[in-house]
Amino acid sequence: MKELIILSALGVLSLIAGLLKIKRPFMVVVIAGLLLNISVCVMDWNHNENLYNMMTLDNFALAFTIVSSSLAILWFIVANAYFQNSNTFSDHYALVLFSMTGGLLMVSFTNMVMLFLGIEVLSIPLFVLAGSHKTSMRSNEAAFKYFLLGAFASAFLLFGIALLYGSTGHFDNAGISAFLGANKLSGMALAGIVLMLGAMTFKVSAAPFHFWAPDVYQGSPTMITTFMATFVKTVAFAGFYRLFFLTFMPVRSEYALLFAVIAAVTMLVSNLIASAQSNVKRLLAYSSISHAGFMVITLLCMNNSSAGILLYYTLVYSISSIIAFSIFKWVKTHSAENEEISAFKGLLSRSPFLAVVMTFALLSMSGIPPLSGFMAKYMVFTAAIDNGFMWVAICGIAGSLMAVYYYFKIIIAMFAEVHESSEIKVPANLRFVLIVCSIALLALMLFPSQISSLI
Amino acid sequence: MLTLLLILLPLISGFILLLTGSKNARQIALVLSLIEFGLALFALSTLKSGAVESLNYNIPWIPNMGISFHLGMDGISMLMVLLSTMLMPLIVFASFNKTYNNAHTLYALMMLMQSAMVGSFVAMDGFLFYIFWEVSLIPIFFIILMWGGENRQKTTFKFFIYTLFGSLFMLVALIYLYLHTANHSFDIQALYAAGRSLPLVEQGLIMGAFFLAFAIKMPVFPFHTWQPSTYVAAPTPGVMVLGGVMSKMATYGLIRWVLPMVPDGVHEYGYLIIGLSVVSIIYASCIAIIQKDFKYLIAYASIAHIGLISAGIFAMNMQSLQGSLMEMMSHGINTVGLFFAYDIIYNRMHTSEMSKLGGIRGVESRFAFLFFIIVLSNIALPFTNGFIGEFLLLLGVFQTNMVAASFAGLSIILGAVYMLRAFQKMMLGETNSLTLHFPKLEKQELITLCIIVILIVVMGVYPKPILEITESSIQTLLQGIQ
Repeated sequence: MKELIILSALGVLSLIAGLLKIKRPFMVVVIAGLLLNISVCVMDWNHNENLYNMMTLDNFALAFTIVSSSLAILWFIVANAYFQNSNTFSDHYALVLFSMTGGLLMVSFTNMVMLFLGIEVLSIPLFVLAGSHKTSMRSNEAAFKYFLLGAFASAFLLFGIALLYGSTGHFDNAGISAFLGANKLSGMALAGIVLMLGAMTFKVSAAPFHFWAPDVYQGSPTMITTFMATFVKTVAFAGFYRLFFLTFMPVRSEYALLFAVIAAVTMLVSNLIASAQSNVKRLLAYSSISHAGFMVITLLCMNNSSAGILLYYTLVYSISSIIAFSIFKWVKTHSAENEEISAFKGLLSRSPFLAVVMTFALLSMSGIPPLSGFMAKYMVFTAAIDNGFMWVAICGIAGSLMAVYYYFKIIIAMFAEVHESSEIKVPANLRFVLIVCSIALLALMLFPSQISSLI
Repeated sequence: MLTLLLILLPLISGFILLLTGSKNARQIALVLSLIEFGLALFALSTLKSGAVESLNYNIPWIPNMGISFHLGMDGISMLMVLLSTMLMPLIVFASFNKTYNNAHTLYALMMLMQSAMVGSFVAMDGFLFYIFWEVSLIPIFFIILMWGGENRQKTTFKFFIYTLFGSLFMLVALIYLYLHTANHSFDIQALYAAGRSLPLVEQGLIMGAFFLAFAIKMPVFPFHTWQPSTYVAAPTPGVMVLGGVMSKMATYGLIRWVLPMVPDGVHEYGYLIIGLSVVSIIYASCIAIIQKDFKYLIAYASIAHIGLISAGIFAMNMQSLQGSLMEMMSHGINTVGLFFAYDIIYNRMHTSEMSKLGGIRGVESRFAFLFFIIVLSNIALPFTNGFIGEFLLLLGVFQTNMVAASFAGLSIILGAVYMLRAFQKMMLGETNSLTLHFPKLEKQELITLCIIVILIVVMGVYPKPILEITESSIQTLLQGIQ
């Protein structure tokens, strides 16, 4: 309960701050609030607080809240400028914080209603944020696309819930799960499951419902894209996992193949398309989709250890994404708003620090040791092979290889090509976040089980 | 602890070099790599005194996944560690008369690579081995990318993707074995047991997956296409490490990870690989003969020699394994020697096209003489180290597969053709207008060449100490297989 109050109170506070025109110090309040949120989560560990049978703050929910709040803190520090330059900073704060509240619902629901509410509270602020570059056509397009398609997905989700309710008579996950375990799976229930699967696939931007992601990621302000690729992805996957773990475990075998196909197609298609991209933002968007494919494998191999793997994977991926997107943003502003790979040419001579950290992030995303992205992919592959999905693992490996191709295009541009351009100065907040993230990427490789056996 | 130190020292050296800046990077790198070599010699004496246990280092790393930080050394690892730690100071010293941009970063990357290579030679845990194996790829990638010659972007790209492709198959095979171990462990003994209990076909598949990774790195035909262009694009220190030591990671990997892990598979399907290796020998030798550029010639000659080593490993008997280890040693030294000779010529003449050179012997006879000994060792003349290795290899392969051995024997004849031809074209004949001004060897170059030549001759005349290092380990290995 406390977590929910803290997050929504922070959102309301930021609106009040907007009224009182308190601008600069407010970032401190938000970060303090999020730190408080994390410490409250740590204190609630193992308490399994149940809120009116609507949500349970079990360790799964708390772990994902801690991880996503930490990511949000890093994000707020990096995105400082995004809030500074805007006249409507308080709205942005409030929208992000409300979105985070939705995220909390999504990782802790035990009732379909809360799942739906969580997704809506998470998404609606995002629709607005995606369009927050009001003068940019692309930003408007992104918001519009995201909203229209998101509304469709919500409708699917709702319809799925309705069908499930119709066939099982329950809204709460435990009830549905018990019913499905005791009775033969009806066609209606299966249709409900598949509809919900489709809606969640949309939210986590996995194939075949990933088409919105490149456009939205590219059009949104870069910092919002970062938020979507890190925080939103993490909680959406947590919600996706929780839904299937709590509810549909008894009928797992009915839809397992569907997950396998989704994972394989996502990993192959997105990486294939990404290798043809020259726009870095779009490339990172496709890379984000491809990582969704890897994460789907944890849902495919659902057992007691897979939640930990998902937690680890989302954390590692999000950290590398924060690095990649924020460096991209900084390089872009210093290269005459050039979003192509050519903007990275000769980054080594312009700023060795940025080049090295970016290399860390890209190596981690491509899954090359000694960075933790390797460990994440290793865990996922092991889970897949252990569950008899060797072919999915092979698809993943093929996808990884394609990914190396496009990540290394950027690395090679940074290191090999000489570009006559001015030096890039790195501001303190960015430097801080990048150092923290780099250390985290190395440390997570050395101590993976501290995260992966948390839940 | 000593083994851990062997990995940590170059790692720390790398960071020291990164921090100290460009000025005295060469000297610092030389001193640090010499200390590392001293440490390796100390480890050798420990091994000789029979205190094998003190070279073991085993702490759990990720216990719930069965991964431990397990290092250990037997004779085979020891020899490889000696090779890499011996070559590193030599490579650093060989580059003393050159100034590279950001030299400290270059040497730092070399040190990091040393750390990873030593790590892969002493890792006794499958996961750890894989990590070191992959990590060694990153420094060399950046060395070629940042200090390489023409076309380096494309070449490094191909090199990296190619090697990674193979490694991923190895990763799958490792995971597969790991899932078949009794209590999910990556420890080498557990993996051995798991591998040996697999049915024959699966053993063959595992062997294939591992071999793919190793064959690309060695390289063996038809997985060699990355190699010549990468060797040509790489800067001299990089290519020395690549050809001298990194290719041995793969051949070592075959001995350590494939033979004892899936012995039945090797018995059953090994002849395929022997066949491939023999094809590789003849193919690469023939291509080496028609090369116009000396650096390409070295690259193809390297493939030919490696092919023989690979055939010897899969012949799986005492002589062939001893021979392959001996040949790994001498191939490492000779490759560094050849590339150093190339470097000397290229720095002076700014070309390595053999037809443009000629008559260097008349201008600088000392260089021609020392170079000739390196050439002789490459064609396996008695009293050079190349002879010991190739003789044992052919003897060993002959016992297992007569046909293969008779074709593999061509490697010596063809080797003589391309090597002597190269020597003749560059060193003998008329001195032309270009080579007339071939500057004399500098002191540092002379010393480097002399060290290499002394190593060649000493190992060729008295190979016993080296063979002794590995003998008992190979016996243990062969006993485990039967």
